[in-house]
Parts: sequence; structure tokens; C-alpha cells
Amino acid sequence: MENNHKKSRRDFIRSGTRLSLLITLGAVGGLAAKHVTAEKYVWQIDPFKCTQCGRCATSCVMTPSAAKCIHAYDLCGYCDLCGGYLKPDANQLSTAAENQLCPTAAIQRKYIEEPYFEYVINEDLCIGCAKCVKGCTSFGNGSLHLQIIHRICLNCNECSIARLCPSQAISRVKASKSYNVKGSFTKDGKV
Amino acid sequence: MKNCIKISLIFIFLLFSLAGMTQQQRFPKPEFGNGYSQPTPITPEPRALALEYTDVVVLLVVLSLASWMAIRKRSRRGLLWLSVFSLIYFGFYRNGCICSVGSVQNVALTLFDPGYAISITTLLFFLLPLVFTLYFGRTFCAGACPLGAMQDLLIIKPISLPEWLRKTLGIIPYLYLTLAVLFAATGTDFIICRYDPFVGIFRMDAEFHMVILGIAFLLMGMFVARAYCRFLCPYGVILSWMSRFSKWHLSITPVACIQCKLCSDSCPFDAIDYPTDEKQSKSTKWGVNRFLVYAILIPLWIFIGGFAGSRAHTWISKANPTVYLAELLVSNPEVRNDQKNLDVQAFLSSGKPLETLVKEATVIRRKFYTGSWIAGGFMGLVIGMTLLSQVVYRKKADYQPHKGNCYSCGRCMNFCPVKK
Ligand code: SF4
Ligand code: SF4
Ligand code: SF4
Ligand code: SF4
Repeated sequence: MENNHKKSRRDFIRSGTRLSLLITLGAVGGLAAKHVTAEKYVWQIDPFKCTQCGRCATSCVMTPSAAKCIHAYDLCGYCDLCGGYLKPDANQLSTAAENQLCPTAAIQRKYIEEPYFEYVINEDLCIGCAKCVKGCTSFGNGSLHLQIIHRICLNCNECSIARLCPSQAISRVKASKSYNVKGSFTKDGKV
Repeated sequence: MKNCIKISLIFIFLLFSLAGMTQQQRFPKPEFGNGYSQPTPITPEPRALALEYTDVVVLLVVLSLASWMAIRKRSRRGLLWLSVFSLIYFGFYRNGCICSVGSVQNVALTLFDPGYAISITTLLFFLLPLVFTLYFGRTFCAGACPLGAMQDLLIIKPISLPEWLRKTLGIIPYLYLTLAVLFAATGTDFIICRYDPFVGIFRMDAEFHMVILGIAFLLMGMFVARAYCRFLCPYGVILSWMSRFSKWHLSITPVACIQCKLCSDSCPFDAIDYPTDEKQSKSTKWGVNRFLVYAILIPLWIFIGGFAGSRAHTWISKANPTVYLAELLVSNPEVRNDQKNLDVQAFLSSGKPLETLVKEATVIRRKFYTGSWIAGGFMGLVIGMTLLSQVVYRKKADYQPHKGNCYSCGRCMNFCPVKK
């Protein structure tokens, strides 16, 4: 009889605690729910903040990195002497591998008409090292820039490049605007 | 000759652009005549939102099945296959992200940073397992957690650890949880994700030291079963407390324990409590005194912990990149000339004044100060309570799983000779 008493008391305490734990969970959930979003968020590089430090190639959890160079053709000058394609100290205008900036020869150059060339990035080869981006931004129009390619990106809970980016160029954005591709100067006259 | 002209042309253009024409293209895009079609940049879309919701549904189904198998069906084999499924789905297919263990940080960040938007999937991944645990015990650990499944499948010859060692190591998860919340709340880092030993295996790609860590954990796990779960997992701390008060829980015997002792060594995690023998449970006067002393000491522990935490806050806050950079620039101004230090160079080229950075760092450090008091105090409480639990004997008549530590894996059920 006394045992039963003890037992029911213990049960009472237990269910009381359970209820309070449930309320705590509810409160945490409720507080968090204020900031809850039904939209998906992804990581994105702001090409205007990026300083081409090179960490994109080494910090991503994927090898090769999910950050890759993309080309805003609208911005490109189609230059023969491309600052993103050739090393600045290239001693002669030849497209030999030792004169190319890209360590993996991911940029393919195609003749269009005298004296213009089209530059296409081979995504499978690009490792996101930003060397070409630096070259293009310093000597050209800045049409080459890095973006996180979402076919490859795992959408980590915390992007490990974002944590290490010295320019805080990477942030979470709504998945509906997952890319920040540089626009064109010529088309609408603004950056 | 041709080159020379081109290079000088570049220079002229550079001069032009420097002379205030920054909005202009250096090299205007040529007008192409005959049918040149310009390629468009390839921008593949991210994984669809609907698939994220599928993950939640899968989690819900797995949790329900696991609870049913642990409590009603009493099937170890069912739980085993369920965990294999979770390992494949949440582990290898979803690459271990998002997982409930890491979601603690998202929730902490949401509570402290109003600017952070938590996705509903993440919130549900945090809440669902806890609610299930509150009713059915840690069936999440048994069937749904890919980290647990990975370790569980590799248990070969579990050794039993002495209780003092288990209790001592059992403090680490509390510390890990506290630090993870502190770092997440201050927007510093998500350490649970960063040091997850198994996620590298799931995505088959990781830094070298993380690969080593993962393999080390798996090798160790052959003998120290579920080493990560027992002595590190921060989510396990919360689960364990939910489970202690769960409404239902897996039981070893389907009807009533006949004290045959057959199950006593069946748990690889030392989670089975033995019946207390009468002698031990009889509280001597000394035992009561000790209980009182330990209970009185708890506030002191809290204070010591909080004080130690607040002392350490300068050091801990250096994990925050803003604080680190500000301190580096203030204490060591020559670093400005270090061309190799990317963080410093990027900061200098951003044109942000040092005062702003220092101001930001001060705000963050103040948060760390408050946070470290709380975190330290909490750790003090944990230590005090652990000591207290050493002198509390609760009378147990049967062989029962310890509700907090049992992962509901169901191994022990097969050892019980009692049938329904
Ligand atoms: S880490 Fe940041 S600054 Fe460096 S290349 Fe990537 S986006 Fe640019
Ligand atoms: S230089 Fe680097 S970023 Fe540019 S295409 Fe090559 S690998 Fe990619
Ligand atoms: S979210 Fe992860 S996979 Fe994507 S770019 Fe960042 S580190 Fe790489
Ligand atoms: S203790 Fe943690 S890691 Fe282990 S199964 Fe449970 S949630 Fe997963």
C-alpha cells in the first residue's frame, strides 16, 4: 500500500517534469519560430566584396571547391590580351601553358573575330582559386568572378569558406536569389 | 611592336579609369556582327525546397517507426535495419547535413541574433527528436541519427568502463554543448559542425586531420561502443534529460524481471542499472552527511565555475575572427606590413577604420564576458550535480536500462528469457 503511494508520487513528479520540459521545448520553439522562414537559404559570394584572396579554393569542404569562376560575358571586353587569362609578366603573347594564369588551364580561349576572343570557363577544371578573377579585376573589366555553384555546394550549416573569408564576402541569401552574377555596365549603365 | 602598342593601350585605359571613370568599362564590349551568340553563365539551381520538406517527413517516419519497434514491436532487428536506412539516407545521401545534433547551434543563434533566419526544416530537426524522446526514450539515437548508426554498426567487442571513468568523461558533452551554444550565440563559429568526426566520411571528403579523427573514433568505437555518443555528443545531453522523464521507455523484459542476470552484460554502453543490494542502499549517517555537504557545495561550484569562465573569457573570445583581428592590429601594429596576412590585408584594403573594428570587437567581447559567466556557472552546476549523484542511491529492484543513458538500441531485449 505504502509502496503504491510512493510509486504514484514518483509518477506524478515525473509527469510534472515532463510537462515542464515540454513547455520549455515549446517556448524555445516559439521564440525561434518568430524568426523562422519557410524559404530555403543558400550561401552566396558577393563579387563586389571578394578580394580574390584564394581561400575559396582551399577552405570549401569539397575538393575541388564548390566556389568556381563564372564569366559575366556582358561585361567582358573580349580582349586579346586578357588580364585573367595571361600572366601579367608573360614575356610574349603566346597562349602557352606557362603564360596562362589559371593553374588548371580551365579557361578556354576561342577566336571570334579580329582582334576579339571569347573566354569560357570549364567548370570541371576550375578549382576556384580566384587567380583569373584577380587578373581580370585588376587589369580588365572584372567580368570573371567567383560564385558558389549550387550543383556542387552541400549547403553546409555554416559554410566553411564564409568563416574564413577575410572580406566577409559570403553570406546566406534566399534560394530564390541564389546567384549574384555581375551585371553589365553597358546594358543598364550601373554596376 | 604589336605588344608594345597593346600594353601602352592598357596603360592609357588604366589611367582613364583612375581618372574618375570607374563606372565605365576599361575595355568596352565589342559589337559583333555576323551571328555571334554570346554564351550565358551556367547557374544551376540549389536543391529544391520540397526535398528539404521530404527530409522532415522521412525523419518523422523514422522516429515513429523506431519508437514503435523499441516499445511495441520489441525488435532489435527492425531497429538495426532502420538505422542502416538512416545511415544511408541522412548520412551518405544527405551528406550528414542538416542533422539534429548541429541544429542546436542554429537554434542558439536564432535566440540570440534577431537577424538570423532559421529555416523551418532546421527547427523541426531540432524539436522532433526531443519531443519523441520525451515520450518514447532515445529512439532517435537508436534509429534515426546517422552518427549513432555509423558507430553502432561498428561495435565489435565492447569493453565495460568503470563507473568513475564514465561519470568523469560524461562531463565532456556538457562542456561541448556549453561551448557550442556560447560560440553559436556570439556568432563566432559552429564548432559541432566543424569538428564532427563522421561528416567527412559521409561526404567522402574532408581535411586530413578530420579524416584521421573520424577513423580514430571508428576504431576506438569497436571497443568503446558509441564513443562519440557517450563522451562528446552535445545533443545527447539534451536527449538524455528528456529521456529520463519519458512517458514510455524500452524495457528489457516484456513482462516482469525474474532477476536471472542474463541481460546484465548485454549492453555495450554500460547503460543497464543493476538492482541495488540492500546493504548499499541503507543510508548510513555518514552518507546523509555527505549528501548534505555536497548539496551545500553546489552554489559554491556554480560560483567557481562562473568565475573561472569569466576569467577565461578574453582567451575564449579570441576564437571570434573580429575580436582576433582587432586584438592583433592593436597589440601588434607592424602586422600591417605583413603582406602574407590575408585577413589584415583584406581589412586594410576595405577602408574600414580601425576604431569601428575595435568597437565591434568590444561588443562581441562583452557578450563573451556575460556568456562565460553563465557557461562557467552551468559547468559548475554540472560538476556539483555529478558529485552529488555519487552519494544518492535510488532503490532499484530489477535490471533496468538507465533511462538517460540507454540508446534504445534493443540489444538487451534478446537476452531476456521471459516471453510474453
Ligand atoms: S574567400 Fe572571400 S575574398 Fe577570398 S576568394 Fe573567396 S570570396 Fe573572395
Ligand atoms: S584561375 Fe582559378 S578561379 Fe580562374 S578559372 Fe582557373 S581555377 Fe578557376
Ligand atoms: S557551403 Fe559548404 S560546400 Fe558550399 S561552398 Fe561553403 S563550404 Fe563549400
Ligand atoms: S548520442 Fe548524439 S550522436 Fe549519438 S545517436 Fe544520439 S544524437 Fe546521435
